[in-house]
Amino acid sequence: MNMDLKKDLDAPHSMGTTIIGVTYNGGVVLGADSRTSTGVYVANRASDKITQLTDNVYVCRSGSAADSQIVSDYVRYFLHQHTIQQGQPATVKVAANLVRLLSYNNKDILQTGMIVGGWDKYEGGKIYGIPLGGTIIEQPFSIGGSGSSYLYGFFDQAWKEGMTKDEAELFDILLQQLVVKAVSLAIARDGASGGVVRTVIINSEGVTRNFYPGDKLPLWHEELEPQNSLLDILNASSPEPMNIQ
Amino acid sequence: MSKSAVEVPPRCGFSFDLCRRNAMLSEKGVQAPSYRKTGTTIVGLVFQDGVILGADTRATEGPIVCDKNCEKIHYMAPNIYCCGAGTAADTEAVTDMVSSQLQLHRHHTGRESRVITALTLLKKHLFNYQGHVQAALVLGGVDITGPHLHTIYPHGSTDTLPFATMGSGSLAAMAIFETKYKEGLTSDEGIKLVTEAICSGIFNDLGSGSNVDVCVITKGHKEYLRNHLLPNPRTYVSPKDYSLSKKTEVLLTKITPLKEKVQVIERGDAMEE
Repeated sequence: MNMDLKKDLDAPHSMGTTIIGVTYNGGVVLGADSRTSTGVYVANRASDKITQLTDNVYVCRSGSAADSQIVSDYVRYFLHQHTIQQGQPATVKVAANLVRLLSYNNKDILQTGMIVGGWDKYEGGKIYGIPLGGTIIEQPFSIGGSGSSYLYGFFDQAWKEGMTKDEAELFDILLQQLVVKAVSLAIARDGASGGVVRTVIINSEGVTRNFYPGDKLPLWHEELEPQNSLLDILNASSPEPMNIQ
Repeated sequence: MSKSAVEVPPRCGFSFDLCRRNAMLSEKGVQAPSYRKTGTTIVGLVFQDGVILGADTRATEGPIVCDKNCEKIHYMAPNIYCCGAGTAADTEAVTDMVSSQLQLHRHHTGRESRVITALTLLKKHLFNYQGHVQAALVLGGVDITGPHLHTIYPHGSTDTLPFATMGSGSLAAMAIFETKYKEGLTSDEGIKLVTEAICSGIFNDLGSGSNVDVCVITKGHKEYLRNHLLPNPRTYVSPKDYSLSKKTEVLLTKITPLKEKVQVIERGDAMEE
């Protein structure tokens, strides 16, 4: 038992993960859970898997934590140079292709799947999925990570094509709720996903980051309501601590 | 008399050939020599004025404790310290190397080192060696942008956290932090919590033991509390001192100091060009 735990703690840091990227008429919404695991131990329960590449392009990371951090560091550096050379913000397509080139050309070493999403003035909101191996695929929505297995059916029935301009203003809020719902469904069924849900909305106006703590997420089949920890009850300076109100 | 038909140019980068050889040998049943590891409990937390790092002091070689009072909190820069878990040689070498690189960087830029610089240097080095440099680190410091605390894993991934634990005793220490940590701790509360977390590792983990080291870093000031707590004193010390058996006669006692004391003359002659 002791040896197993030791082997697990030495295992490479991996992000079991659920990551999602969806487009709408006006921008994109990216969502992710926050659990980073080493074997069966949760090394970081509040990690941020949505990383900035430029002002208008973000990437969701999954797979090996080290590999995805290094790839996004390199791409951020290349994009910075590219922006200076072009004299204008980089497009989402360029960012996604840089990620794809690194993933494809180093496919025997790297083990990371990513979703690149952002907004630029030429194409608007775009999502590119770059799974293991280095394929690049432009999609209206993309899901990735170990928790995504549980979301294929959900998205097949819940996804609707882009709304009209009038609905677009409210639509990003509705879409964000869809993303939060999806991530929380995956968290309920996937052991390697958990913690909080983080979302990033990118549109012509800019970037908005949101955070949904675990107890604010909807409850699903057989999930229990959060209960008061016994520690809180005992710490309360009441003569009869065991009386649960 | 021809040599090999094709001259293969030397490959750049780290050669992993010996790692393959080692894997092949261990499959055949050859036992690798046990090397010194710091089993370890190392922790760090952010408090209201800066960061506090803590570590135990046991170093092991397989099942044997080879050093009962080693130093696991390594100096990186005047405002940055780093705790190391894993293979002792790897943690020492990598922290020494990055500490020198930071010093050179300070000379070049004329500025105080930033924690994120140390972080990037460490993570690039560890990633390049693909996890074979087994150093798991807790890096903490206070720079111009504020207090920072990071964990770095042997494969090169990093996390930025308000409180962190690493090493074989990390689960025991994390249990204490998850229960008692809150934002805006004072220096005394922080030191007390760090000491408690390390003690939890010392008493509940076989790879950690002996004493508690603490390091408090605030803006412009640091306090390295070596052996802040000694919860494992020697229980029995012989009242009689060591003495030679009666048969051995002492003929002559001569003590030669190895370092001669040197007189320093203040305000001597200046060096002339």
